[in-house]
Amino acid sequence: MYDFAYHRPKSVADAVSLLKSKPEARAMSGGMTLIPTLKQRLARPSDVVDLGGVKELAGIKVEGNNVVVGGMTRHADVAGSAEVKAAIPALAYLAGHIGDPQVRNRGTIGGSVANNDPAADYPGAVVALNATVTTNTRKITADDFFKGLFETALADGELITSISFPKAEKAAYVKVPNPASRYAMVGVFVAKTAAGVRVAVTGAGACVFRVKAMEDALAKNFSSAAIKDIKIPFEGLNSDIHGSSEYRAHLVGVMARRAVDAANK
Amino acid sequence: MTAATGIGARVLRTEDKRFLTGTGRYVDDLPLARATYAYFLRSPHAHARIKSIDVSAAAKMPGVVNIFTGKDLVDAKVGGLICGWTVKDKHGQPHKAPAHPVMAVDTVRYVGDTVAMIVANSHDEAKDAAEAIKVDYDVKPATIDLAKALDKGATEVHPEAPGNLIYDWEIGVKADVDAAFAKAAHVTKLDLVNNRLIPNAMEPRAAAAEYDKGTGHYTLWSTSQNPHVLRLILSAFVLGIPEHKLRVIAPDVGGGFGSKIFCYADETMVCWAASRVGRPIKWTAERSESFQTDCHGRDHVTHAELALDKDGKFLALKVETIANMGAYLSTFSTAVPTYLYATLLAGQYTTPLIYANVKAAVTHTAPVDAYRGAGRPEATFVIETIVSKAAAEMKIDPAELRRKNFIPSTAFPYQTPVALQYDSGNYPPIIDEAMKIADYKGFEARRAEAKSRGMLRGIGFSSYIEACGLAPSQVVGSLGAGVGQWESAQIKFNPTGNVQVMTGAHSHGQGHETTFAQLIHDKLGVPMDQIEIVHGDTATTPFGMGTYGSRSLAVGGSAIVKATEKIIAKGKKVAAHLMEASVADVEFENGTFKVAGTDKSVPLAQVVFAAYVPHNYPHADTEPGMDENAFYDPANFVYPAGTQICELEIDPETGTTEIVAFTAIDDFGNIINPMIVEGQVHGGIVQGVGQALMEGAVYDKSTGQLISGSYMDYTMPRADNFPSFKHGNKHTPCPHNPQGVKGCGEAGAIASPAAVMNAVHNALAPVGVKHVEMPATPLNVWQSIKGAQRQAAE
Ligand SMILES: Cc1cc2nc3c(=O)[nH]c(=O)nc-3n(C[C@H](O)[C@H](O)[C@H](O)COP(=O)(O)OP(=O)(O)OC[C@H]3O[C@@H](n4cnc5c(N)ncnc54)[C@H](O)[C@@H]3O)c2cc1C
Repeated sequence: MYDFAYHRPKSVADAVSLLKSKPEARAMSGGMTLIPTLKQRLARPSDVVDLGGVKELAGIKVEGNNVVVGGMTRHADVAGSAEVKAAIPALAYLAGHIGDPQVRNRGTIGGSVANNDPAADYPGAVVALNATVTTNTRKITADDFFKGLFETALADGELITSISFPKAEKAAYVKVPNPASRYAMVGVFVAKTAAGVRVAVTGAGACVFRVKAMEDALAKNFSSAAIKDIKIPFEGLNSDIHGSSEYRAHLVGVMARRAVDAANK
Repeated sequence: MTAATGIGARVLRTEDKRFLTGTGRYVDDLPLARATYAYFLRSPHAHARIKSIDVSAAAKMPGVVNIFTGKDLVDAKVGGLICGWTVKDKHGQPHKAPAHPVMAVDTVRYVGDTVAMIVANSHDEAKDAAEAIKVDYDVKPATIDLAKALDKGATEVHPEAPGNLIYDWEIGVKADVDAAFAKAAHVTKLDLVNNRLIPNAMEPRAAAAEYDKGTGHYTLWSTSQNPHVLRLILSAFVLGIPEHKLRVIAPDVGGGFGSKIFCYADETMVCWAASRVGRPIKWTAERSESFQTDCHGRDHVTHAELALDKDGKFLALKVETIANMGAYLSTFSTAVPTYLYATLLAGQYTTPLIYANVKAAVTHTAPVDAYRGAGRPEATFVIETIVSKAAAEMKIDPAELRRKNFIPSTAFPYQTPVALQYDSGNYPPIIDEAMKIADYKGFEARRAEAKSRGMLRGIGFSSYIEACGLAPSQVVGSLGAGVGQWESAQIKFNPTGNVQVMTGAHSHGQGHETTFAQLIHDKLGVPMDQIEIVHGDTATTPFGMGTYGSRSLAVGGSAIVKATEKIIAKGKKVAAHLMEASVADVEFENGTFKVAGTDKSVPLAQVVFAAYVPHNYPHADTEPGMDENAFYDPANFVYPAGTQICELEIDPETGTTEIVAFTAIDDFGNIINPMIVEGQVHGGIVQGVGQALMEGAVYDKSTGQLISGSYMDYTMPRADNFPSFKHGNKHTPCPHNPQGVKGCGEAGAIASPAAVMNAVHNALAPVGVKHVEMPATPLNVWQSIKGAQRQAAE
């Protein structure tokens, strides 16, 4: 990796001011995405601002009808959290199926959601549960947050401080992992919340997306039978050595049905 | 000997203590004072002419000590890398041998080909400088697709190999085989691709070298499976450093699987440059370099046909294979798809007539050479797939068809039609045992139960044979090998009674330090903790051929046993003198010399002491000291065999495959340490299943970029992909080596791809799928099912 200056601020305010003062600075949470990028010399930040020392960013709280997960909360902590397991078991399940134990013990929800990898798991939960992303300056709804391939609504130097997930009446996440990386080749998060039914697909496209036709059908009849004939067009979906776009389109249907069945269990 | 530590005991591995506590000493761990660090600039193109290389800016970068390019090697008259096995084609002509410059001179031939070496004060500075080197490439079209490499008009990789053909080789008499096919009641035909694999040793390749100006001595530390062979190649062919001025040390090495047998550009350059730089040089491959530049394995395109009579007796086998050599001929590349492949095509069967034609082709891809099993997995895959296919076509139970054609136990030694003479074996009890353990009888009920859950369940057999314990020198010499394949051992007692055992074999995960110590313990009665196995250093061990081809115990262990015999013979003379008895009356048992029929005895340790402090000693006919060496050249290969049964379930909606049971019954001859054998089998099965279901080196067919160039895209098998394996042994001892042992290191990987793919085909037959290529990834399986559905609809 190229040389950079390393900082470990203790507060969000200090982190933000560091990021603002150095235009080529990058925040680092778990480093599970950033460090490989640095090692491959694909990024050349002047400064790395490690959020690991910012205590206010980590932790899980239940606030009324919402589970609020701090930006620095590790995947393993979400997977193991009694609060999350009780309130939204599908979210704990999702976190427990990201990568491998090493990754889950380093990687964070803030890093994952900010990075918006098309194959990341969390975006599925954020969108399907209609979560709200809180940053150091504002609140952003799920539908407004994810903009495209590795693109989000975050401005330069804006940090995710927490993500608030409304509790779900029913929810489940099912994925077919990429056999090599085990990121989602196709992951479908289905949730029935106070706001209605949402079906969010990750891994299949450039960015997490919702399947309106399935949502409408499930709103009327929350059963896998209700969506068995709904086909997803394959045009524009991802295609690589592990999955053609046709295969991914097919898997969206299969995973959606399995997610509904799992949510109904 | 004591049951706890002698032959047959499950002794825990001595070496694991340091491996598991992080105290192993690997090449990269070496603390070398004033070290510099090398980084290699690699070609980003599969095929290009180098118009110019401008290192002027890079040379001025901070920390840069020196930069070398291919031209510097030409100026210094450095030789090229060699292929050490001359295969003669079907007209008796030696194979085409294109030049293999250590670093590219005017042409690059694969993505990863070495273009320049940067030596700097740190790894990062070397890498920074590499980015500043300007190479002007004239990019040319590349030949990537093996199936098209020999086509007319394909871009040629080397002017010395017209049409990209390295050799067109054959074994067997085609006319006889054709005549047998003409009389066949049934012919089964098979087209298959044996997928290209990337070895992925846990420790990447690494090298470090130091030059001693005062003595003119070079020391090269290298992740080598065979340090003496590496030294021989570097000395005699490439660098011209006299052997006695070059010490090669292969310390702890984290896996090789064949990929660390060969002599690569990297260690050659590190060694060569050490004297020019005047400081030690260290280099460790980055993982992406391992993907791009370690020799890959397998990569065949094959058409096979099996002729059977009406009862299912095999009449003849015909195989045509195109084998990929990659861009250059690596050290043993030419032998792999010929003498390690086609000579195995009899399998466990009495097939009387076999003809094989192998064409080796060069392509603009990384060199391909031996990888765990080397030729034998490819042969086993052809035979065991076509046998199961024939069984399905003729509606004969696959086990039954195998049994019908097994070489009977009374027929050994058995001469196959493809040169090898199998020394021993008894195949029917092996398959019986495997079927019992796998509960073959209950399979249809399990299939029906799976179906009720929407799953497709399949079962597959693979009855393999392999020839390993490489190798009788005279035989391999007559086939074109450039070296002998004996092994050496030296047993050096110290005056205080402990013993150092030097072996020419090299352990890079196999557990020799334990298995070989068990041999010594068993033969000489020395307690395990008094034995040290020394390997991997040309300065301290006798010349040896290293470890590959499941040879270490069968050949290296036999050399050790021979040396123990010399120790005992000498010890008897000393003991006779000490006990005032005649040598003929002295017996040796459990570490003690005894005079037969008396209670006189003297322990070995006392004899050793007397040999080093020979105050009371038979000086007239016995030299002092207790230090014996032995060389062992095997009389034949050894022939492990066995049957594996794989049972799996496929989810037809997603195409994902889950292995639900895996049984392996092997004949490895006598077993020294069953725990280590099981470990070898487990690892081998995992690698073979990796080939069948997950792994595949994928190059972009036009640009030659390695798409599967990291773990994000190259699927390695992981523990959670497997059930617990069921393993058993049914031995027939090897008749021609002292311990009656056969090799076990490669068997798992040799047999398992066919077991898995036969199970996949068995599972998918009910939905009309005829053939799935490896790796049977979820995508591949799903597409095969789709294809069958489409065909059925048409
Ligand atoms: C081997 C491996 C397997 C993986 N498998 C999966 C998988 O199956 N599923 C999956 O979803 N993911 C997977 N990941 C990714 C993993 O979940 C990462 O943790 C995640 O992508 C990034 O989180 P991080 O905390 O490591 O972020 P970092 O690497 O620290 O940062 C990533 C990016 O986000 C920015 N950033 C970090 N924190 C914040 C913040 N609070 N606010 C704003 N921007 C921020 C950084 O500047 C950087 O650009 C895998 C990773 C690896 C290495």
